[in-house]
Amino acid sequence: MRGARHAKWAAVATAVALAATACGGGGSGGGSGDAGVLSASWGDPQNPLEPANTNEVQGGKVLEMIFRGLKRYNPKTGAAEDMLAEKIDTTDSQNFTVTLKDGWTFSNGEKVTAKSFVDAWNYGAHVKNKQKNAPFFAYIEGYDKVHPEEGQATADTMSGLVVKDDKTFTVKLTQKFSTWPETLGYAAFAPLPKVFFDDHDAFLKTPVGNGPYTVKSYDKGSAMSLRKWADYPGDDKAQNEGVDLKVYTDYGTAYTDLTAGNLDLLDDVPAAQLKNVKNDVGGRYLNTPAGIIQTLAFPFYDADWNKPGSEKVRKGLSMAINRDLITDTIFEKTRTPATDWTSPVLGEAGGYQAGLCGAACKYNAAEAKKLVAEGGGIPGGQMKISYNADTGSHKEWVEAVCNSINKALGDNKACVGNPVGTFADYRNQVTQQKLDGPFRAGWQMDYPLIQNFLEPLYATGASSNDGKWSNKEFDRLLKEANAEPDTTKATAKFQEAEKVVAEEMAAIPLWYQNGSAAYSERTSNVALNPFSIPVYNEVKVG
Amino acid sequence: MGRYVIRRLLQMIPVFFGATLLIFLMVNVMGDPVSGLCGDRTCDPATTAQLKADFGLDKPVWQQYLTYMGNLFTGDFGKAFNGQQVTELMGTAFPVTARLTLVAIVFEIVLGISLGVLTGLRRGRPVDSGVLILTLVVISVPTFVTGLLLQLLLGVKWGLIKPAVSPAATVDELLVPGLVLASVSLAYVTRLTRTSVAENARADYVRTAVAKGLPRRRIITRHLLRNSLIPVVTFIGTDIGALMGGAIVTERIFNIHGVGYQLYQGIVRQSSQTVVGFVTVLVLVFLVANLIVDLLYAVLDPRIRYA
Repeated sequence: MRGARHAKWAAVATAVALAATACGGGGSGGGSGDAGVLSASWGDPQNPLEPANTNEVQGGKVLEMIFRGLKRYNPKTGAAEDMLAEKIDTTDSQNFTVTLKDGWTFSNGEKVTAKSFVDAWNYGAHVKNKQKNAPFFAYIEGYDKVHPEEGQATADTMSGLVVKDDKTFTVKLTQKFSTWPETLGYAAFAPLPKVFFDDHDAFLKTPVGNGPYTVKSYDKGSAMSLRKWADYPGDDKAQNEGVDLKVYTDYGTAYTDLTAGNLDLLDDVPAAQLKNVKNDVGGRYLNTPAGIIQTLAFPFYDADWNKPGSEKVRKGLSMAINRDLITDTIFEKTRTPATDWTSPVLGEAGGYQAGLCGAACKYNAAEAKKLVAEGGGIPGGQMKISYNADTGSHKEWVEAVCNSINKALGDNKACVGNPVGTFADYRNQVTQQKLDGPFRAGWQMDYPLIQNFLEPLYATGASSNDGKWSNKEFDRLLKEANAEPDTTKATAKFQEAEKVVAEEMAAIPLWYQNGSAAYSERTSNVALNPFSIPVYNEVKVG
Repeated sequence: MGRYVIRRLLQMIPVFFGATLLIFLMVNVMGDPVSGLCGDRTCDPATTAQLKADFGLDKPVWQQYLTYMGNLFTGDFGKAFNGQQVTELMGTAFPVTARLTLVAIVFEIVLGISLGVLTGLRRGRPVDSGVLILTLVVISVPTFVTGLLLQLLLGVKWGLIKPAVSPAATVDELLVPGLVLASVSLAYVTRLTRTSVAENARADYVRTAVAKGLPRRRIITRHLLRNSLIPVVTFIGTDIGALMGGAIVTERIFNIHGVGYQLYQGIVRQSSQTVVGFVTVLVLVFLVANLIVDLLYAVLDPRIRYA
């Protein structure tokens, strides 16, 4: 019996220890201790928190809370509305005069002036600062001097930016771009306080901005506490006392934490839980359109995919994909079958046109088989759809797409998936043109303009035209659209250009992606903006 | 003894260089990491060139390795892609994982050895069979299943613990994750101890001790256990390294921001500096743990002498 006693003691000790944890664990209900503060899921931002260096959602969440630019996209409609801009005038769609509103300051008291913007933009554009959003400043005259394709910069600032006085500055673009002011809601165009330039490390430790929240503490890689800025001069004041962002190692864990009542707001419900989420959180689940479209791009640099008749093969393949079935079964309706090359968040007025793709985006196995055969069949008899296997549920849908194509064409080997281990490696293979078959292409809009869904992706030599598609007619229409001062007419021109994409099937549109979120009982008025970032300042707690 | 330790320490040098070189090459084979930094678009060429120069990626691999090693000896582990120093990441990650490992090891020692002794002394009885079946179940069920199950039951259904560990990761929060992490090893420790105790219980020196009329407690702790623990100590010693590096699954499930999490992120983002730095430290931990195990043999068994 004596031997057994040790085991008993150990068991008792464990039980006591477990009970002790229990005391610390349950009961608190809503995550963070402070009243009126909501806790929200977060991921470690990939880049340092600088506006011109943040190109993904996690960093974007913080910028959305602590910065306000000249314009802000209405969280509901996506329309660009004046924020710090009193007015942005132009007579020729190329020279703009920006006038700022009075009364705006950074949370440290410093005034937001024309210089705050011009300095920030010059910093973002300069090659030595290695800002990943630098190309957003490429339309401004003098960009090629501070950010040459190769070698060192020959100027410190862009000649197109001139400060007139505290409240005014002028911008000269290299080309006519009538909708340029509408792009200014993008985070990269935010103003920056002096501390950013004088004491950069201090800024990165606790970023200072001019938005409705201030950073109370930032524990890199694990948490950030933001509190309401009481003196915020804007109309969109925070409706809660603050936001505690918590980094989760895995969104599955964040989901569990939400169901246990330790987390208030989870954006991006993990795919594995989409089936359960409605039961688990009741009605507190959002599934709203976001400005993201998934497409299959083609290697036009490969002669096999770029010969006369190839467009028939591409159209045939598009018709062989049963989008409805895949979005229903794999994505639980968090994606919507695409019928054009933009996104529903643009709205009809913004250029979204449902059904522009026509019959080519509807499942039709017989027609698909016929078209592919007419076009000379799939090059080499088999195509590989490349994707990165480390994130998202790309494997599932690529296999489903292949399955659908194989079934429609009546050939079990027509299409196979080609997984690439990591995203970085995948991007490598894409940019180095190593892929000889279609590949996954996702596009998350930078600003809700039809231009952003067309120019970077399909213009000749554009930054994200990975398949190297090129069409003179498309380029010409795009140029005309950009020069057109009237927004409605410009949008119509862009749609004309989009029709060229449709005729040629430059990429197969698959589906529009939704943003999803789940939230706790004590929060209300939760919404996602068109960039699938929660509208934190409108969330009510308690 | 002193000479033995020095010899062992010297042997670590080639192992250390070999291991780091292998890791360095492996990370490099994965390709150019910069292209993953710009999302679904192509980084513009000028920025890419700047970034590459910044991280030294524009030089040939052997030169990168030499520079890296040179920096390493001045305590500079380089920078992760989010601009943080790798040493800073280590400073936050290693204490957390060390605590988790410690909790796991304590579970292994206390629970594993106690159960092993208990079953070893009661071979063939219901207790023995019961524990044996239990260990079999634990060994055959993967860690992530045990982890997710305990998290769901204790954290969500019964509300006894928080399903996600806070960034501070205090010891009381780490009890359940520690138990999950230890579970498989714990089962092995139990089985190892059981076999060893059962075997030695019939040895001559135990019979002698019993015949001398020594109290049973003293026989077990002084005579039986000391001899039976040698294989167990070996196992636990090597397990320290395995637990520190292999906690990726447990750390992800319970939201522990430790070494496993940093390694995972380093791999996904192809941040070679992070991966090589962390693995280098893990290699060192492994080597030191092995040395300590070897030295412990001499303490447990006076017949073993190192010269």
